[in-house]
Amino acid sequence: MNTPNTAPSREYLKPPVTEVGVLGWLHGNLFNTWYNSVLTILFAVLLWQVVPPFISWAFIDSVWNTPSEACRDIEGACWSIIPQNISFIIFGFFPDGAQWRPGSAMLILLGLVFFSKNSNHWKKSLGIYWLIGIIVMGTLMYGGVFGMQVVETAQWSGLPLTFMLSFFGMVAAYPLGVLLALGRQSRMPAIKTLCVVYIEMIRGVPLISLLFMSSILFPLFLPEGITIDKVLRAQVAIILFTAAYIAEVVRGGLQAMPRGQFEAADSLGLNYNQTMRLIILPQALKIVIPPSLGILLSAFKDTSLVVIIALYDVLKTTKVTLSNPKWTGYSTEAYIFLAVLYFICCYAMSSYSRKLEKSLHTGR
Amino acid sequence: MNETEKQTAENADRAPIIEVNSMHKWYGDFHVLSDINLKVKLGERIVICGPSGSGKSTLIRCINRLEEHQRGQIIVNGTELTNDIKNIEKVRAEVGMVFQHFNLFPHLTILENLTLGPIWVRKTPKKDAEEMAMMYLEKVHIAEQALKFPGQLSGGQQQRVAIARSLCMKPEVMLFDEPTSALDPEMIKEVLDVMIDLAEEGMTMLVVTHEMGFAKSVADRVMFMDEGQVVEENNPHDFFDNPQNERTKLFLSQIL
Ligand SMILES: Nc1ncnc2c1ncn2[C@@H]1O[C@H](COP(=O)(O)OP(=O)(O)OP(=O)(O)O)[C@@H](O)[C@H]1O
Ligand SMILES: [Mg+2]
Repeated sequence: MNTPNTAPSREYLKPPVTEVGVLGWLHGNLFNTWYNSVLTILFAVLLWQVVPPFISWAFIDSVWNTPSEACRDIEGACWSIIPQNISFIIFGFFPDGAQWRPGSAMLILLGLVFFSKNSNHWKKSLGIYWLIGIIVMGTLMYGGVFGMQVVETAQWSGLPLTFMLSFFGMVAAYPLGVLLALGRQSRMPAIKTLCVVYIEMIRGVPLISLLFMSSILFPLFLPEGITIDKVLRAQVAIILFTAAYIAEVVRGGLQAMPRGQFEAADSLGLNYNQTMRLIILPQALKIVIPPSLGILLSAFKDTSLVVIIALYDVLKTTKVTLSNPKWTGYSTEAYIFLAVLYFICCYAMSSYSRKLEKSLHTGR
Repeated sequence: MNETEKQTAENADRAPIIEVNSMHKWYGDFHVLSDINLKVKLGERIVICGPSGSGKSTLIRCINRLEEHQRGQIIVNGTELTNDIKNIEKVRAEVGMVFQHFNLFPHLTILENLTLGPIWVRKTPKKDAEEMAMMYLEKVHIAEQALKFPGQLSGGQQQRVAIARSLCMKPEVMLFDEPTSALDPEMIKEVLDVMIDLAEEGMTMLVVTHEMGFAKSVADRVMFMDEGQVVEENNPHDFFDNPQNERTKLFLSQIL
């Protein structure tokens, strides 16, 4: 008997069969109206046309790790292009014997990122870990000590370059963006104007032109004999670009804060910095997690634009591999691999942002 | 003579804790407050009432400079309110304010809401601040909710937390801007009871409210405002039983 004994006089009926179980679900979700039924059937046919051939191309008729000659006479995918060229795709022009260095730098970066995800670790010591981590990563990449050969930044390429440009791009752009947003709300006209002009100017030009300026125009203004590293200039351009977009999103969050929050903070005697840091920003930044994520994701993907100033990110190293006559025909496989790589990174970022949002939820 | 009466008597001849001298305020061209004069002595309880839009909120918000006045003088505990931000922050730390809509910080727990001011403004060590916060939460009968977030409490509970939050700053004066008018009827009493307790302990209070029962039982003085002016001011007994001004009579007949 599953009738609760609190209501003995009332009879509990089962819902009709068409409402529950597999049939109920099918009826409710796929065949509930005539046009939904038509769409369901159309999609079933489409999937049938597309999925089985793809599976046999990708998994059944494919080869996974063979020399390029073996790919000539098969029907399926030649995944071999990936493992056969993996070290160039990932590490680019980093010298062959030293590739463990960018490899471990990436592992350190990922390790630190994972460690920082846990909000229990958000203490002062975290900053120290990061500082140490950054110094170690820099040393590993550049070398010159402990018998490691020097690797100029011009040779930094592939995935480490992509990770570096995008990670430090985002991490530096966020606080800069917040400052710009606060500046834009400032009562001091000079600061306000400066921030507005900056934000609008940056948002008015594409990233490509900023990168061009950083690589061609900017050096013209430097005094004779002084050069600033090309990778660094690209990094700065990405930071400046992303910050302007972050600033506008954060401004939206600030404007969504009710006046009562400012007044309550004021009435306790908190000063401007305390009010912003303790009351307003924690709430405003929480509201803007979803749109910020959108900006960070596009910043991540936009790092591939650095090819136009002759930096070799992971997309470019893949293209270089494809230009090798041995592997020219297998761009589909190579790009699918890249797409999966980008997808994993972006998906990790967005699922983290969802978790963060949930963990910051405090009712109503 | 009981404790509080003695205290009040002792303080009677001291300088007033709040002094407002011919103060005027405009919103743009609109003359909201006109020639306001007000002296509040330590331990005094003052109720301000009046029709909607008469400037009651504006007046008490001027006292902790949430609004700026344009003419006249406001002196709180010996500090004149001017553009000097340091003075303003000092006055705000000494004047507690309770808002109609509570304005708790939704991202902080109840306990954190209470300790924020003491820790950051008064530089109280965290542990002491938490002890004090628990004491005040007990006082407003809500200690068991300390680790919840404001969004998880009822309106009446939130307002009591807001009162406790102000008390944690050990203010000299408490300002209340219609503390019960956003509450459901059954919650009004729990908040008023806390306010009555406070009054009995000798807290100096300026209360904007339409709760005439509260005014009758605790106020030393009742001020009636209309169109940005103080129209009538009297002890509660005479104010309610024997109002002088026509506008006061009309107002009282409408709300009683
Ligand atoms: N920021 C503002 N800008 C312009 N006018 C305002 C502003 N705030 C209030 N006012 C006007 O000033 C007048 C007094 O407002 P105030 O809020 O002090 O009234 P109140 O007596 O508190 O009324 P209520 O009982 O409705 O709260 C009203 O006419 C209101 O419209
Ligand atoms: Mg009001």
